[in-house]
Amino acid sequence: MKTNIKKIATDGVITNNPTLKLVLGTCPTLALTTMAMNGIGMGLAVTFVLICSNVLISLLRKIIPNQVRIPAFVLIIATFVTIVRLLLDKLLPDLYESLGLYLPLIVVNCIILARAESFASKNGVFASALDGLFMGIGFTLALTLMGAVREVLGSGAIFGVKLWDFQIGFFASSAGAFFTYAVFIALFAFFSSLISKAKHKKDALKEREENAVQLEKKEVE
Amino acid sequence: MAEFLMIIVSAMFINNFVVVQFLGICPFLGVSKDFKSALGMGLAVTFVMTLTCLITYPIYTFILVPLEIEFMEIIVFIFVIASIVQMIEMALKKFSPTLYNAMGIYLPLITTNCAVLGVAELVIDSEQIASLIGITASGMNMGFAVLYGLFAGLGFTLAIVVMSGLREKVARLPIAKSLKGFPIAMITACFIAMAFYVFALI
Repeated sequence: MKTNIKKIATDGVITNNPTLKLVLGTCPTLALTTMAMNGIGMGLAVTFVLICSNVLISLLRKIIPNQVRIPAFVLIIATFVTIVRLLLDKLLPDLYESLGLYLPLIVVNCIILARAESFASKNGVFASALDGLFMGIGFTLALTLMGAVREVLGSGAIFGVKLWDFQIGFFASSAGAFFTYAVFIALFAFFSSLISKAKHKKDALKEREENAVQLEKKEVE
Repeated sequence: MAEFLMIIVSAMFINNFVVVQFLGICPFLGVSKDFKSALGMGLAVTFVMTLTCLITYPIYTFILVPLEIEFMEIIVFIFVIASIVQMIEMALKKFSPTLYNAMGIYLPLITTNCAVLGVAELVIDSEQIASLIGITASGMNMGFAVLYGLFAGLGFTLAIVVMSGLREKVARLPIAKSLKGFPIAMITACFIAMAFYVFALI
C-alpha cells in the first residue's frame, strides 16, 4: 500500500486538527496556553510521544492480542512519557517547571490513545510515524497560536518579550482560557464550512457546465 | 480541624479541579448534557479518585521512594488506576446490577480521565500540595491525601452538575451554527470559571 503523505499531512494539521476539529487533549490546551512558549514546549513533548508510541504500536500491532490492546497501548505511552519527563528534567529544567503537572498527564491525553487506536493499530510503520508527526504539528500549531493570542492580550507580551503595558487580565485567567478556546473552535468551524460551501458551489457549477455540454452534443446529433 | 476545613475549601472551591486547574475537561464537556448522567459521572469519578489516593500514596511513599525508583510513578499509577476501574466494574456487575447499569458506561472513561491521574500526581508532590492546603511539606500524610482526593472529586462533581444545569437551559436558546456544540459549552464553562473567582478572593 502506498503511503499518501499529502493526505496524512493535511489531515493532521488542518482537516482533522486534534485541537480544533476533534477537540481532544483539552486539558493541556486550556491550562498551558497562557504563554506561547508553553504551547511549543507541550506541543513538542506530545509530538515526540505520539511519534514514538505510534511507531511502536504499529510494529507490535500483529502481536498484541485484541482484548488487551488498550492496557498495552497505555503502558507503551506511559513508558515514553516517563522518558520525556526524565529528559526534560535534565535538559530543560525551566520548561519542566512550567509544564509541571501536565507533563505526566500526557499519558491520559486522548490524542495519543485515539491515534494509537484509530490509526497506528491499523497502518504500517512509516504511515504511523508520519501520522504522529503531523498530528503533533497540528496540536503544536493550535496551542502556540492560542498561547500567542492569550499572551498578547493577557499580558502584553509575546514569547516572553514585552510589547506594551496594555493588558486584559481576563485572557490570562482560567475563564479567558475557555473563552479563547471557544472562539478558536467556532472560527475554525466557520471557515471550514465556508470552504466546503465554496467547494460545493464549484463542483455544482462544473457539473452544470458538463451537463450543458452533453446536452449540446445530443442536440447536434 | 482548621486543616480539615482548609482542605475542603481549597480542593472543592479555590483550586477546583475542573475550572481552575483544567483537569477532567473531557468528561466535563462530554457527559454534561443532562443532570442525571452528570451526577452519575461525578460520583463515579469521586469514588475512583478517593480510592486512587488511598492506594497510590502509600505505594509511592513506602515502596517507590525507599527503593529510589520514583521515576516509575507514571507507569505504576496508571496501572493502579486501570486496575481499580476494572475491579469496580466487575464488583458492580456482580453485586449491584442496577448501579452497574447506571454507572457502567462511565467507568471505562474514568481510566483516561486526567483528574484521576492528576490527583495521584498532586498528592505526592508534597511541596505543592502543602502550599495548596496550607500545611508544612513534612506534615503531609495519608489522611490528608485521601481527604484531598475525596474533596477534589466532590469539586469535580459540583462543577459538572452546575454545568449540566446550565447546558440544559442553553440548549433551548437559538445559537449561531458555528457556535453549536463545543464552543457554546466552553463559553458556558467560561462563566462558571468566572463564578469560581469569588473563592479565590478568600
